Amino acid sequence: MSTLHTVNKSPFGDSAFNSCLEHCKPGDGILLIEDAVYGAVAGSAVAAKVEARAGDVGIYVLDGDAKARGLAAGKLIKQVKPVGYDGFVDLVAEHDRTQSWL
Amino acid sequence: MKFGIVVSEGPYTHQAADTAYHFAKAALDKGHEVPRVFFYHDGVNVATNLSIPPQDERHIQKNWTELAKANDIDMVVCIAAAQRRGILDENEAKRQGKDASNLAEGFRISGLGQLIEMGIECDRTVTFGD
Amino acid sequence: MPEAKKFLYVNRKAPYGTIYALESLEVVLIGAAFEQDVSLAFLDDGVFQLTRDQNTDEIGVKNFSPTFRALGDYEVTKLFVEKESLEERGLAPSDLQEIMYEDEDDDWEEKPSIHIVSRSEMADIMADQDVVLSF
Repeated sequence: MSTLHTVNKSPFGDSAFNSCLEHCKPGDGILLIEDAVYGAVAGSAVAAKVEARAGDVGIYVLDGDAKARGLAAGKLIKQVKPVGYDGFVDLVAEHDRTQSWL
Repeated sequence: MKFGIVVSEGPYTHQAADTAYHFAKAALDKGHEVPRVFFYHDGVNVATNLSIPPQDERHIQKNWTELAKANDIDMVVCIAAAQRRGILDENEAKRQGKDASNLAEGFRISGLGQLIEMGIECDRTVTFGD
Repeated sequence: MPEAKKFLYVNRKAPYGTIYALESLEVVLIGAAFEQDVSLAFLDDGVFQLTRDQNTDEIGVKNFSPTFRALGDYEVTKLFVEKESLEERGLAPSDLQEIMYEDEDDDWEEKPSIHIVSRSEMADIMADQDVVLSF
């Protein structure tokens, strides 16, 4: 049993991503959408925390949202996997429940 | 699989209604079902038929109306949230003594019970909001 | 009748500044009629929803905090409040309203609905649900 967490706000102005990182469990997935894609940028103040969780939690970024914000794959933390809307659908189906960190 | 979707932010100000739309479309393209989308909080504003975005911009309400029509999606607008924000169907406008209604085609106004029912009947519930 | 689903309402937002807390509570009240297995989670700024002494007279907005005390009548009796979230905000459990319910399985004894849980217990509660609704 696992959860897909979605986060949609930048971690630099809101606590949702941080709170999500502190509540998710091994085997869960976190999908960063909308402004939360800024949380996937390599070398940022939150990158170390993301990298530390990326071992036991799958961390994904919605590709269209990253591209819209000028974040090419090369700018992202290595362990973060870009997915399209179809990949988003698969993630929802693969996990037992979805929790939106609004 | 059956996916229920909640949209809880209004159009244009927030990306939620767009993301939910792309997600619903992708789910349907993959052969999943989207039996219902529930609009709550400012999300009810998606359902106004008085929105006139510039021609080179997406028309969020029309996109939803067309997607729902093509795929038989039950689009429910929460009545309590809608009444606070001035979204009325014809019956409700009459009942409240208003001279106009503005609920777009493909949407219907109903109670919060429809949200709970969606959670019970769908395999997954996904919320898009702020 | 199919088995009840486990519904968790996650509250992470403070009251009054936005309508989310009030409209979330409206869902809980309506949802109670469906006889599902309902829990409420209060974490981050959501813990502010449960504080005592809320008085909205001067802002002209309805004070909905007393409604939490009526949840027991709707058989909503599991309110989980995160300890770390309280502490980070300078709050103690005694800053929260007393919310009780009468346990019909235990000779209608009055019991507290609020359970203070640690962050890791909150994570366990979240991972044990069928439907998680956040507003």
